[in-house]
Amino acid sequence: TIFSAPVRACLLLVVVSVWVQQVDGVWPLPQQLDQSADRNSLSPQRFSFTYGRDSAAQTGCSVLDAAFKRYFSIIFPDFTKGSVSVKTRGCDGYPDEDSDESYNLSVSEGQAVLRSVTVWGALRGLESFSQLVYQDDYGSYFINKTEIVDFPRFAFRGLLLDTSRHYLPLHAILKTLDAMAYSKFNVFHWHIVDDPSFPYQSRTFPDLSNKGAFHPFTHVYTQSDVMRVIEHARMRGIRVIPEFDSPGHTQSWGKGQPNLLTPCYKGDVPSGSFGPVDPTVDTTYKFMESLLKEVKFVFPDSYVHLGGDEVSFACWQSNPNVRTFMEKMGFGKDFTKLESFYMERTSIVWQDVFDYHERIPQDTVLEIWKGETYQAELSRMTKAGHRVLLSAPWYINHISYGQDWRNSYAVQPQNFSGVWSKQKKLVIGGEVAMWGEYVDATNLNPRLWPRACAAAERLWSDEEKTLNADLAFPRLEKFRCELLRRGIQAEPLFVGHCKHEYDGL
Amino acid sequence: MYCLVKFAPLFLAVAVSNGWLFGDFVGKQKVLDEISLWPLPQKFQSSAVAFKLSPTRFQIVQAKQSSAGPSCSILENAFRRYFEYIFGDLKKPEKSRKKVYDSDLVELQVWVTSADPECDGFPSLQTDESYELSVDEPSAVLKAANVWGALRGLETFSQLVYEDDYGVNNINKTDISDFPRFAHRGILLDSYRHFLPLKVILANLEAMAMNKFNVFHWHIVDDHSFPYMSRTFPELSQKRKGAYHPFTHVYTPSDVKMVIEFARMRGIRVIPEFDTPGHTESWGTGIKDLLTPCYSGSSPSGTFGTVNPILNSSYDFMTQFFKEISTVFPDAYIHLGGDEVDFSCWESNPDIQKFMVQQGFGTDYSKLESFYIQRLLDIVAATKKGYMVWQEVFDNGVKLKDDTVVEVWMENKMEEELQNVTGAGFTTILSAPWYLDYISYGQDWQHYYKVEPLNFPGTDAQKKLVIGGEACLWGEYVDATNLTPRLWPRASAVAERLWSDKSVTDVDNAYNRLVQHRCRMVKRGIPAEPLFVGHCRQEYKGL
Repeated sequence: TIFSAPVRACLLLVVVSVWVQQVDGVWPLPQQLDQSADRNSLSPQRFSFTYGRDSAAQTGCSVLDAAFKRYFSIIFPDFTKGSVSVKTRGCDGYPDEDSDESYNLSVSEGQAVLRSVTVWGALRGLESFSQLVYQDDYGSYFINKTEIVDFPRFAFRGLLLDTSRHYLPLHAILKTLDAMAYSKFNVFHWHIVDDPSFPYQSRTFPDLSNKGAFHPFTHVYTQSDVMRVIEHARMRGIRVIPEFDSPGHTQSWGKGQPNLLTPCYKGDVPSGSFGPVDPTVDTTYKFMESLLKEVKFVFPDSYVHLGGDEVSFACWQSNPNVRTFMEKMGFGKDFTKLESFYMERTSIVWQDVFDYHERIPQDTVLEIWKGETYQAELSRMTKAGHRVLLSAPWYINHISYGQDWRNSYAVQPQNFSGVWSKQKKLVIGGEVAMWGEYVDATNLNPRLWPRACAAAERLWSDEEKTLNADLAFPRLEKFRCELLRRGIQAEPLFVGHCKHEYDGL
Repeated sequence: MYCLVKFAPLFLAVAVSNGWLFGDFVGKQKVLDEISLWPLPQKFQSSAVAFKLSPTRFQIVQAKQSSAGPSCSILENAFRRYFEYIFGDLKKPEKSRKKVYDSDLVELQVWVTSADPECDGFPSLQTDESYELSVDEPSAVLKAANVWGALRGLETFSQLVYEDDYGVNNINKTDISDFPRFAHRGILLDSYRHFLPLKVILANLEAMAMNKFNVFHWHIVDDHSFPYMSRTFPELSQKRKGAYHPFTHVYTPSDVKMVIEFARMRGIRVIPEFDTPGHTESWGTGIKDLLTPCYSGSSPSGTFGTVNPILNSSYDFMTQFFKEISTVFPDAYIHLGGDEVDFSCWESNPDIQKFMVQQGFGTDYSKLESFYIQRLLDIVAATKKGYMVWQEVFDNGVKLKDDTVVEVWMENKMEEELQNVTGAGFTTILSAPWYLDYISYGQDWQHYYKVEPLNFPGTDAQKKLVIGGEACLWGEYVDATNLTPRLWPRASAVAERLWSDKSVTDVDNAYNRLVQHRCRMVKRGIPAEPLFVGHCRQEYKGL
């Protein structure tokens, strides 16, 4: 089960001098942040992370041991030798929708104390702590006296990557997970397969990637690749939710799985092209059951994304067998049948499934992606009692000239007509989507960062305190430079410079 | 796939009947799938006969008759570069192929024909970049008047080579006769809004050569920072607020030298821009009294405007400064800017007002601007350099030397401007439709591709005065993190427009070639972004 005992990390500090220094804050902004001008000096030689005596997690907690090491070298990049040894036992759980990510951080003279209920909260606190440390003109490290009480506004703060339209090498995904943790994102929505390619290497149906990937060896994710992604994410408190979108968006599936897709007809004869998954034959459901059983086994998260968007009915309508079937059964598509394979799992589906009044289990989460009327959609869905995820205003694959992060920042996810207690709390969070039509490893990172940070703050911080984009701007600029310093290829917000510029290409 | 099947029989029939595929490419998918030249050569014939290239046997050599000997480092370096582009990293142990095919291509002979190969020279506006390339057994021959044409031909040769399914390099029997449509094919990078590390500039010079661009317009300083380290006036970049940082965010003289030499090796001219009298805020911190003190009512407000045009000291400074610039940058042209001059500060200053009255300018401050520019042009002319200016300088009626190049950058009334500038007899380059910093969702390269630079009312003589164009990537939102994928392959569209024949306008055909050209750039280490859904055999490995 999930690790959920109190954790406390003590940070030992030595006070050297007291100077007034501009404090630049943390991104996303903590719920409560009190800082004084009193600053403590940090010595890379003497500073260390330790577990509090009353902490339930102690040395041996893999998540925190690794995090200590990681954050030590983030804070002191010139001192690569961390003092913490990493073992891998304990703290073996995965973050989930109920994970408590709250933490309290108190930085005072001589020591800092980070308290959290779970390791996941401790990770968030370590991130904030690392952002509080700064260097003066002589390179000395300082941290101001600070009190933080912090917790996320929404439990689900996701980022979608699309590895079907372009293959993203593993290191690009891992790098994205690093950057996600810096912005306190906690869900990686892996849109792993789609029409153009099927890079997921299935153990049950290897032909899916053998024939459906761009290349069966260089453009696939092996089982061990997937495990690596999941573990890398877990270490950063990030859930991995895979999406196996059907019945539409499945052209690449058909290459390795004969008879899965509906043959389209032109008049009375098959046209040679194929449409969505064929819902009329039992083999389809047997296949889906086996595949999804595997997915359930490989991906530990309690959620799975089943897609269900943009199903083109033209091909179904052209096919005489489908038409006969429709008449016989008296209904169209039925998602309950598909979802029934996920008995103990919660599924997420795109809004189309709701819009077409398909039968949906009550605990299914609906994701809104259509931009024009998302407020009305929020209203309708929550009124029907469904939990909702918002991604419509955060399709950041759509680029434009200038500071479009401000649009993302201005989004108010709970600003729709509805009863507060019943409806608004059904908005469980949102997702930034980076669809892959025009994106691959060459441009992914600068396109994601820092533009995704705007939604990260909207989903974590108090809306009242963070509505003014002009006030956020200098903090985000600073955070962007911090991302560069940490090796994330984050593009500039506007004219200016960073102390540590990106030195790649 | 469908097209392939459909056209394969046609393709074979043609190949059998006369052995050649000519000129236009409609329907010849198979050949294009394999070679995808970019930009498309002027004259091109290719047959289905393919030769193999062995990494252990194939060589690029100087032809016996060539006027460029083995001491011609520009070619020797290029030979090595293109060998690596074709065969990959040489350091990897290469399994030598035992079997020697009958149909091997064993060498490419590079034959420079003119008495002076220009091995140690610099490319110029007048440079002849034409070349002829003939690929046949057992040797391919590349013929060019000078090294610059040879460089263009080497790029084309490397693009003709394709890998078959077994990883063997092939090249088809081919004849090419090629030359650029326009002489000035430029890229503008802005290194002052954000500092661009040397590495990024050099990588983009590489990518430029892959696209046959031949001018790097280096907008090196401006309002926000002054990263150029001047020998004569080191305080320009040293003082606070001159450069972003006096050591980490500057181009030292040796950096500049390196950029120029790296560009020269690729047949690329480096034209620096020192924009005055506006866009000079960063200059003022290093040079006292250079900028005009602005007034608020009757007292100085503490802020500064454009260069002070009424002080002799301003002109003394410019004289010394441009003397340095003219020696540091070997190109025959310097870009003097002259755009977007804000008059409000001049208007506020009582000394300037007095000067206006003395000169009889009335309240027409564009006359004062012209007064300044006129003197500046004389100063630069004395250094024996030609100059380029932005269109405002022409619009304001400043008297220009005959060989001045006017750069048209305003998209509004662009055709009228081209008509006027060329009507007045000035050479011009076009950048208005190619401001690549303006991004949008989707395949905007097509817009750049569809531009026809000579599509304005005017005589043939006027059209001849359009000597080329530039793709501009201004730096408001661009630095080392995103510059390269934002520029490539979008700038490639401009490259083909400026090199290839006017009739090369088929967007679908261009798309197919450009997809492969972008994969080729990726393979060569340039993070060129994708055009649309798909993949490259070798994806970008950097990050």
